[in-house]
Amino acid sequence: MSNATTSTGQQSNKSIAERCDDIAVRFERVSKRFNAVNALCDVSLAVRRGEFMTLLGPSGCGKTTLLNLAAGFFSPDDGQIFIAESLVNGVPTYKREIGMMFQNYALFPHLTVMANVAYGLRARHLAKLEITRRVEAALNLVKLSGLEDRKPRQLSGGQQQRVALARALVINPKVLLLDEPFSALDKHLRASMQIELREIQRNLGLTTIFVTHDQGEALSLSDRVAVISEGRIRQIGTPDAIYTHPCERFVASFVGDANILRGRLVSISGSQATIALGAVEVTVPSDPLLGTEPSALVDLFIRPEQLRLTDLGKACATSGAIVSHVYQGGHIDLHVECADSVRGRLLIRLSGSQAKIGWRIGARIAVSVNGSEAIAFAAA
Amino acid sequence: MPRSPWQRLLGVIGTLVVLVLLIFVVLPAVVVTMAAFNDKAILSFPPQTLSLRWFGNALAYPDFRAGFQNGLVVAPWSATIALVVGTAFALAIDRYKFPLKSFLEGVLISPLFVPHFTVGLGFLILAVQVNLVNTFIVVIGCHVILVVPFVLRSVYVSLRNLDRRLELAAASLGASPYRVLATVTLPLLVPGLASGWLFGAVLSFNEFTASLFVTGQRTQTLPVAMYNYVREYADPSMAALSVMYIVGIGILLIIANAFLGLGRVLNVERDD
Repeated sequence: MSNATTSTGQQSNKSIAERCDDIAVRFERVSKRFNAVNALCDVSLAVRRGEFMTLLGPSGCGKTTLLNLAAGFFSPDDGQIFIAESLVNGVPTYKREIGMMFQNYALFPHLTVMANVAYGLRARHLAKLEITRRVEAALNLVKLSGLEDRKPRQLSGGQQQRVALARALVINPKVLLLDEPFSALDKHLRASMQIELREIQRNLGLTTIFVTHDQGEALSLSDRVAVISEGRIRQIGTPDAIYTHPCERFVASFVGDANILRGRLVSISGSQATIALGAVEVTVPSDPLLGTEPSALVDLFIRPEQLRLTDLGKACATSGAIVSHVYQGGHIDLHVECADSVRGRLLIRLSGSQAKIGWRIGARIAVSVNGSEAIAFAAA
Repeated sequence: MPRSPWQRLLGVIGTLVVLVLLIFVVLPAVVVTMAAFNDKAILSFPPQTLSLRWFGNALAYPDFRAGFQNGLVVAPWSATIALVVGTAFALAIDRYKFPLKSFLEGVLISPLFVPHFTVGLGFLILAVQVNLVNTFIVVIGCHVILVVPFVLRSVYVSLRNLDRRLELAAASLGASPYRVLATVTLPLLVPGLASGWLFGAVLSFNEFTASLFVTGQRTQTLPVAMYNYVREYADPSMAALSVMYIVGIGILLIIANAFLGLGRVLNVERDD
């Protein structure tokens, strides 16, 4: 297991923590090259039984390659893959007992809904009655009864997705593999399908590997997230751990909104580093800064909801002028023109009483930073 | 946007050129059709008096009847064998990497470039060697070779249009490669297979040059019978037969269109 796994942090789901040794899918030092391109480089990952594991990364990062390796669509150049503790290198897809949902659903266009869902059961030569019973149960589970005789093209996108899910679930797979299944749905449908899928997955206790480039989706659905870029796993952890304690620059900037403020390292003592930011000094965790020389430039990553407003005139981390404010119902987003910001304007998210104040465009505000909520990396 | 007189003139010329080309394409069929209704025993144009007697004559002529029946034996067999062979090769070429792949493709496509009389002559020489002259086996064998490139192409195009993820999905559901082929790949290829078969059957039925070499008195196909007829007689029976030929093929295509969609059968539309 890579050392990143240790950064799992607080386990949100107790039942999973208890069965920590119960590994459903394990990748061990897996590498895959396509022609001259390293798609995956020495990737190790252990997915626990019943866990919803998300592979998150930008397109071309290798996350889909990892999923396809689990499915057996091709084999790794190096390393080993285990499903339910047995080595599956060289085991063809059809003997792996996986359920897979594709981005375009890949429903068989020449077969009815009934025959689509029954496909895997027929391949297993089950009795007719048994097949009918299980297909009905699966369609009930995804709330799609009564459309058995339709062809896929007669269904809406959401219905097609339900069929694809039923088809993958009905065979009781050892692991469910999801390749960006929500990307073709509109926003509202997507949100409700996500909740439903997660509910079904949790009730069945089905080990799931989910591939997405949408960090919001990853944070809201997963038990754990593996952030991947350029063929390597950058961090594995709970959504909370990934969001609040990113272990490197890429993770901090890819997951969630982040403001980046340029500062200067003052000193490191033990687990804490002191950084000079504007007129103040803030204390942040020192791990990501080990090896950085004092007085070197550092970038402080801080979430929009963790920036605080302070009184003008007091010593502050930075200040600027409000460029726009966007009312979001529960909170308000302020965009602030700020000289210390590395990436354009600052985004400040205010909630509660502060969201109610009538913010004026052009007004100057002072911003303070709570170091324990921020994280710093050496300047790029 | 207003069009200049120059542009309008170009438009008129373009329309005329297209019209002339279209007329040129259908002209032979029109001339033959008109000649078929000539009452006189000569192939002349335009006919002076009209009659249907040459249709009767053509239908009653024993060699034509035999040739038609032989064609009904040869064409389906040739098309079917070519379909099996062509599909297998199309799958191999689309799915697998192997040494000499482009060489194999070249060999399979070569009947398109080798003159038909060469193929026919070759088969005749071989047939003599193995004592199969004047049998359907040699005729069908020869036609299979000539038709395979067309079938291969038709199936290959359909394969390219097939979403590979459907096959991966089937495999993930536990279907063995054979089961995937039988339950997903082939059913989805049906339009391509049907078009390949139909195309092959029509080509085989119409094939003349090679057939002239490999058919005997007992096995001669309709085009060969027509050729032999026209060497001796010059009455409009041939024209009448041609008209029936055109109508027959037309009906076949209309039926195919009704069941499969002509665009699909001719492989000009992507099937989805």
